[in-house]
Amino acid sequence: MSKYAPKKNQLTREFLEKPSPLKGDYADREWWEMPVEFRDGNWCHSAKPEVLKEIGFANPRKWAAPDEDWQLPEGWEKTIHDGLKERLKKFRSLKLYLDACVRCGACADKCHFFLGTGDPKNMPVIRAELLRSVYRNDFPMVEKILKGFSGSRKLTKEVIKEWHMYFYQCTECRRCSVFCPLGIDTAEITMVARELLNLIGVNNNWILAPVANCNRTGNHLGIEPHTFVQNIESLVDDIEDLTGVKVNPTFNRKGAEVLFITPSGDVFGDPGVYTMMGYMLLFEHIGLDYTISTYASEGGNFGLFTTNDMMKKLNAKMYHEAERLKVKWMLGGECGHMWRVVHQYMNTMNGPADFLEEPVSPVTGTKFTNARATKMVHIAEFTADLIHNGKLKLDPRRNDHLRTTFHDSCNVARGMGMFEEPRYILNSVCNSFNEMPEDTIRERTFCCGSGSGINAEEFMEMRMRGGFPRANAVRSVRKSHRVNSLVTICAIDRATLPSLMRYWNPGVTVYGLHELVGNALVMQGEKKRTEDLRENPMAGTEEGDDAE
Amino acid sequence: MKKVFLPLIWVALLSCIPYVGVAYFGMSYIFGVVIPYLAALLFIGGFSWRIYDWLSRPVPFCITTTCGQEKSLDWIAHQKLESPATKWQAALRVMTEVLFFRSLFRNTKAELHTGPQLAYASSKWLWMGGLAFHWSLLVIGLRHARFFFMEPPLFIRLVERTDRFFELTLPAFYMTDALVLTAITFLVFRRLRDAKLRIISLQTDFFPLFLIGAIALVGMSMRYVEKVDVMAVKAQMMNLLSFSFAAPVEIGPFFYVHLFLASVLAVYFPFSKLMHAGAIFLSPTRNLANNSREKRHVNPWNKPIKFRTYAEYEDEYREKMKKAGLPVEKD
Repeated sequence: MSKYAPKKNQLTREFLEKPSPLKGDYADREWWEMPVEFRDGNWCHSAKPEVLKEIGFANPRKWAAPDEDWQLPEGWEKTIHDGLKERLKKFRSLKLYLDACVRCGACADKCHFFLGTGDPKNMPVIRAELLRSVYRNDFPMVEKILKGFSGSRKLTKEVIKEWHMYFYQCTECRRCSVFCPLGIDTAEITMVARELLNLIGVNNNWILAPVANCNRTGNHLGIEPHTFVQNIESLVDDIEDLTGVKVNPTFNRKGAEVLFITPSGDVFGDPGVYTMMGYMLLFEHIGLDYTISTYASEGGNFGLFTTNDMMKKLNAKMYHEAERLKVKWMLGGECGHMWRVVHQYMNTMNGPADFLEEPVSPVTGTKFTNARATKMVHIAEFTADLIHNGKLKLDPRRNDHLRTTFHDSCNVARGMGMFEEPRYILNSVCNSFNEMPEDTIRERTFCCGSGSGINAEEFMEMRMRGGFPRANAVRSVRKSHRVNSLVTICAIDRATLPSLMRYWNPGVTVYGLHELVGNALVMQGEKKRTEDLRENPMAGTEEGDDAE
Repeated sequence: MKKVFLPLIWVALLSCIPYVGVAYFGMSYIFGVVIPYLAALLFIGGFSWRIYDWLSRPVPFCITTTCGQEKSLDWIAHQKLESPATKWQAALRVMTEVLFFRSLFRNTKAELHTGPQLAYASSKWLWMGGLAFHWSLLVIGLRHARFFFMEPPLFIRLVERTDRFFELTLPAFYMTDALVLTAITFLVFRRLRDAKLRIISLQTDFFPLFLIGAIALVGMSMRYVEKVDVMAVKAQMMNLLSFSFAAPVEIGPFFYVHLFLASVLAVYFPFSKLMHAGAIFLSPTRNLANNSREKRHVNPWNKPIKFRTYAEYEDEYREKMKKAGLPVEKD
């Protein structure tokens, strides 16, 4: 295990022994009197100076969170004040959510980071209060007069440190906003706080390095076009070895019907690549006329975790490329925050996409009217429609070696509302799907603990804490239904849940939904399938079970 | 517990001011006419200004929090309230929040057991307490209309009659009087008892509870204990409502305490968290339809941005792309 996380039994003991408000202990101290302490495992590396220079961000320098002096730029207080003022003008949500909270506490124990740390500042209400207290001090007149009455405080370097710590212990998952009687969304506050911190060079390399990469090469991992193609071609070879079927993806091809965009983690990362193999098998199976772009080769958007402008800038490539390639519509792969951006931001920021057509499935003729304006369809919507219309030849027994449960990724759940399609697909491609407890799925789903750009190795302790509620729910179905496979529709989940499972639930493997689709698809001209896409033996194949 | 006692002392002091003023200094004109007018002015002006201020700020993105299945394929059941697809469905969603505190109804309490094992228990107390508190205040507010009208509208009379359904005392006891006091007691005690709430709470969270509690107690004492002349009160209120600056007739000092505290509440309202009463209608996560892919949401400050174009990308990677067999625009 990572040197940045304590041993599991150590953490377990701490959960039981350390007093915390989660367990009803009150420290008799106001939250603003509690110190901020950076130690191994609870902070991410700061962005390298060359990364900041490349994307034109403020205050490039070498520094680390535990440093006493963060080398903030001259006049940083004014930068923050002006920045906040400007954003209060631009976002009703920010102003409203800073003004309206009644501190009823409904959100308090809904945050995975609070459940995993017991730290009072991880209660969403206090997370927002970190910014609110400064806002109150400077803005509404009456509350300025009644200082102390409404918890206002001055902006100091200590406050900046506190912001940096706690706005990066929020994964913008929006679970708190489901329970808030006023619909206050902490993600709105965190996003603005992160923007403000970026204005004075308080940042996170795990977010900004991918941003710089994505800007230059088209994807977070910084893969150049030839390598991108090579890697997919090696997956094509793997598919042929396993199934005897040769799939034929094309790249940057003009005039294709569909432009397919997925997170680059699916092209390069294990286990994302198996999901990619699943997509390609599916497209081959139905004869889809599609192309993949090396320029818009990233579905994800770490700009979302940085600034609005950066999100827009990175996202702009999708429409730009779709227009250049003269495709009819776009299809998007499995990803969480990608879909937050595509569903709720893309068309507003970079649309209207008049050069595209209303998406229609070429196989079933179904019109995706819900994507009429944005012209981008989620792969799960697309596949569910195919299955519903009987267009796929599936053998769910091919996934009988897996006992599955499904993890709703936060953004798809609470920022898009897609719950049924992935479940329908999963039930069609495997025989063993069991739900986790109802308080941990669908709109109440728990974050993997590493979303919003904090999946850095050096942040491992916080990730294992933040992911604890999710891991705990998986453990309960592991016990009750012997579940050994956690199926997701999110690239960050696929990247981060494996380490979370190794830590809390050894023996549980993480899969992408379309990897299971790929396993179950009965391809024309295929050879006898005995292994799944990971080359693990399928159940019953040793007796020579005839798949078809 | 400074943050509990200070607001309590504040409310006690505020209650003494009109009592002393009226009982010992004969300042009934100030407390009966001047202050109520000023308070009403500040309340209406402040409330409208706050709403206007919020409305004047744009909602750049469609950030609905979806709590149920979106409208997608025909054969998949769409959850219209949890994930509204039209503005009417969204409006209905907001109304269920306003009238029934729908989101709060979801509330759970997380518990950490040995294992470690997290458990989530349904926790409806806050929902019940909050609902009892707000609905009681609404009913109490409505039945106060009988002080403002010669002949209150039928609807108000019905509300009033229902509220004193149990004619246990003379004058008949209002259910909402008991409810509101119980609810306030609950809301105060949960802030003290629950460690999480104790950390979260600020003076500004206790103050309005104490203030409303004091208004209610003084109001009830006038009805059940230290009775005041109801007709005189009614005359005075109708005077105020007809914008008359006539001096009030003799009414007991408790009335002035009640009226003064209500005036304080009215002034405090627009400048505090009590504005959540207006904010709940405007919350973008609840009042927007989840149809951002179907219909383009417009951001008024959206402006063109410079991004790395395909041409720039190809310029950097052209040779590598050609070698990899990728089509290029320029040779």
